[in-house]
Amino acid sequence: MQIYLPIAEISVNVLILLGLGGGIGFLSGLFGVGGGFLMTPLLIFIGIPPAVAVGTEANQIVASSVSGVLAHWRRGNVDLKMGIILTVGGFVGSSLGVWLFAFLREIGQVDLVIRLSYVFFLGVIGALMLVESLRSLRRRRSTTASLKKLHKHNWLHGLPLKMRFQQSKLYISALLPLAVGFVVGVLAAIMGVGGGFIMVPAMIYLLGMPTVVVVGTSLFQIIFVTANVTFLQAYANQTVDVILALLLLSGAVIGAQLGAKAGARLHGEHLRVLLAVMVLGVCGKLFYDLLSTPVDLYAIGTGGH
Amino acid sequence: MGRILASVALLAVLAASPLRAAEPLVADLSDHLVAITTGFSGADVLLFGATDQEGDVVVVVRGASRRVIMHRKSRVLGVWVNTASMTFDRVPSFYAVAASRPLDLIAGEQVLSRHELGLENVRLDLPRAKASPNVAKQWRDALLRNQAKANLYQTVIRPVSFLGNRLFRAEFHLPANVPTGAYQVQVYLLHDGRMISAQTTPLIVSKIGLQAEVYDFAQNQGALYGVIAILIALVAGWLGNVAFRRS
Repeated sequence: MQIYLPIAEISVNVLILLGLGGGIGFLSGLFGVGGGFLMTPLLIFIGIPPAVAVGTEANQIVASSVSGVLAHWRRGNVDLKMGIILTVGGFVGSSLGVWLFAFLREIGQVDLVIRLSYVFFLGVIGALMLVESLRSLRRRRSTTASLKKLHKHNWLHGLPLKMRFQQSKLYISALLPLAVGFVVGVLAAIMGVGGGFIMVPAMIYLLGMPTVVVVGTSLFQIIFVTANVTFLQAYANQTVDVILALLLLSGAVIGAQLGAKAGARLHGEHLRVLLAVMVLGVCGKLFYDLLSTPVDLYAIGTGGH
Repeated sequence: MGRILASVALLAVLAASPLRAAEPLVADLSDHLVAITTGFSGADVLLFGATDQEGDVVVVVRGASRRVIMHRKSRVLGVWVNTASMTFDRVPSFYAVAASRPLDLIAGEQVLSRHELGLENVRLDLPRAKASPNVAKQWRDALLRNQAKANLYQTVIRPVSFLGNRLFRAEFHLPANVPTGAYQVQVYLLHDGRMISAQTTPLIVSKIGLQAEVYDFAQNQGALYGVIAILIALVAGWLGNVAFRRS
């Protein structure tokens, strides 16, 4: 059953879109990540123009994050103060990102930058996650109990504007979450992702937040940042396709809930290994595409009107 | 059904009207509007016509002209990057031809080129200052190749079939990704390689109903559109959560 998407201006099978939404929603519920880093490349792969894929995916992530954050909110796993500071950074970053996106589109380099960003971030995050989770799996087997400090102290803790984050049991500079929020905001706008896959490790390893509040707090920030991206992309570039977003999110909302239930039955470390392998897989595919000789060296630009 | 009836009615008028004899060529489309609706997956366009003398008929469907930017990739540090670009000022967004015989049997190079009959004769000029003739040809070929790959330039010449020796019909297929805009359908009558008569009839490809409303809304009121898109997402996310909490 074909449906014509009014903004993307192509005709796509409804079942493919529902399936994509459901499948990636399941994974996002399972791992507690937005799934945008998988969805945006797949949308581009099925023929949605990259600009529309990025704008629409931001819109869809708003929905899946709301769905996820409510569950975490009820369990008290959202650090509101931290979330607000991350959001402030994210607003500035994503506004800059939307502008940067329009500029790159104008000079015909947006595809390259999207792909390079994916390869770089997915590669680094995936490798770190894999090493870390494999190590902790091994540690759990060998030694049963080792007293550990809450987090390490380094130069990052000497920065000014210190703030107390009670729920995260942290006393750190507000500049840190601001910077994390900012970087994630820029990436959200350019890559069409929520940025959870970058923010979650940054919150654990850089800010030293306890794992329990990390996912809920990152989802909280993602709602506002992707809402900002949706608004700006719709306003400045007219690249948000609500019909496409609705189809994707009706699959995703259901998939995410099923995924969250499945995730509760699996070990955290096992999940992290799986996620790391998947992130590295997407990274490898995109990297290969950049290096292999294209079928046609010439292509029609997507920028001009 | 309506379209077939209309075609039959048109045929009847064309065949029965001796007054038309003054005109060497008459043709019309069964429908001047291709409506892109929610279920749109391409459309067929049917052209009917009559001639008052022997000859060959060529039909060209052309989309509205627009500016197209093309990029060429080359390898930079092992990665394929867009390193050159070229702007064509007037590129038809769609191009398809139907003919009663192979084009090279119908007319000579000169006539075909003057009337832009056939894909290789479509005028796609680059400013001479920007590209020497052989470079321009590479860009031009690349543009034709890309448009053909997207099914927007049809490389296969479709048949113009005669019913009797005066009435003819031709059928075109517009793919699902057909660009919107004002199209022109040009009908030519040629005899012995000379142009006898030509006629142009308009064809509108347009989004209709919900599709058109969503598109216009996004174009004209982007800010409000963005807010509504966010609200829909918020409600959908909340609904999903509520639905699953109960079960």
